[in-house]
Amino acid sequence: MRYIETDTITNVVAKLCIEANYYLPEDVLQAIQTFKEKEISEIGRDILAQLIQNQEIARAQKVPICQDTGMAVVFVELGQDVHINGDLYQALNDGVAKGYKEGYLRKSIVADPFLRANTGSNTPAVIHIKLVPGDKLKITVAPKGGGSENMSAVKMLKPADGMEGVEDFILKTVEEAGPNPCPPIVIGVGIGGTMEKAALLAKEALLRPLGSRSPHQHIAAMEERLLEKINKLGIGPQGFGGSVTALGVNIEVFPCHIASLPVAVNINCHVSRHMSAEI
Amino acid sequence: MGTIYLSTPLTTEKVEKLRAGDRVYISGTIITGRDAAHKRLIETIQSGSELPINLASQIIYYVGPTPARPGEVIGSAGPTTSGRMDPYTPILLEKGLKGMIGKGSRSKEVKDAIRKYKAVYFASIGGAAALAAQQIKNARVLLYPELGPEAIYEFEVEDFPVIVVNDCYGGDLYIDGIKKYHRILNADI
Repeated sequence: MRYIETDTITNVVAKLCIEANYYLPEDVLQAIQTFKEKEISEIGRDILAQLIQNQEIARAQKVPICQDTGMAVVFVELGQDVHINGDLYQALNDGVAKGYKEGYLRKSIVADPFLRANTGSNTPAVIHIKLVPGDKLKITVAPKGGGSENMSAVKMLKPADGMEGVEDFILKTVEEAGPNPCPPIVIGVGIGGTMEKAALLAKEALLRPLGSRSPHQHIAAMEERLLEKINKLGIGPQGFGGSVTALGVNIEVFPCHIASLPVAVNINCHVSRHMSAEI
Repeated sequence: MGTIYLSTPLTTEKVEKLRAGDRVYISGTIITGRDAAHKRLIETIQSGSELPINLASQIIYYVGPTPARPGEVIGSAGPTTSGRMDPYTPILLEKGLKGMIGKGSRSKEVKDAIRKYKAVYFASIGGAAALAAQQIKNARVLLYPELGPEAIYEFEVEDFPVIVVNDCYGGDLYIDGIKKYHRILNADI
């Protein structure tokens, strides 16, 4: 049994919130750089160059890449041989509040969907805890912007709709989103499980490095096919028209009921942020 | 599609010179406002009270900036999705608002009102918020400080880069741009 203090967790989460908002992950930066060479629109290339410049300023001046510093989505892999001295959820939320205050991040959370008073601390976070073997605690903070999250969708398809039906739904979701989610976008897709499982898979898919492929051959082929189709929609950087609408499509799958084919599409903007640490 | 240097206030005469696709650099004073501030302004109008701000010839920037570090003018300040302001926009245009800066598509009602009242909708680059902040030279909270990031600010901007999406003649960069590249990219089919 390994003991971990809540203070340690709070401090790590605070640091992750700040770093995730200041520093664009290397794989996302590399994807923007690679796709800039492929963009056929002049204004599109110009925008991609400005996105690179923007993250350089953010990194150097330690300011958020985007003013929407997101709702804090926290993924925890908790080793079953770990004992936490205190309330884990409280420790995580304290870390989010600390990070958003000390990092001069925007507090974007309202306490009630209808009364809409700002909580002032960017809490509560959305927390997903997974129990795993071992005595480590792995934390990933993925701040999620509202503009791109709003363009996401879940649909329960029929098994007869098959791969074609799933691809049509994903394409339609991206097309309808158009310029709103700040293209070039990253698309996380969850297929299978139940309604909520598909949605969580889609969110987890956004954490997978850009350029990596699903270990399942037919899904990897689907990822590549979809990226090509999406980039032929013509939406382009910021929706002004162009050949780079998406930087990547990551798909996660899970077994499902004989009657079901759930699909979730979670859209992320080009500021596809996440930062992890292991305690 | 040209490059235009524009100073505020934004008069009808200046609006008439702008075309969808033009790159524009704005200098002068602009105001900010997003969801909660829009709701309050509209509630004020609907209650028959006087607006606490004169909207004539104004440009509104849809933004909720991050807090400024001590000694800094503002934090990061890129545009938010404009479509959420659509239900409130036509009535503000009727009150004299001339320009809007945001990102993403507008409703048919807003586009019609842009033509009717001779206004313009600009986009700035969503997600390039640290870069945008460099063109903001001064910032102060004008109204609704209790709304935090949703307060109405007054910004002094210098060569703030935007692009015209909807002009007062019905031009629409999103529709035309996407159509054009969709055609080019699918020409071989």
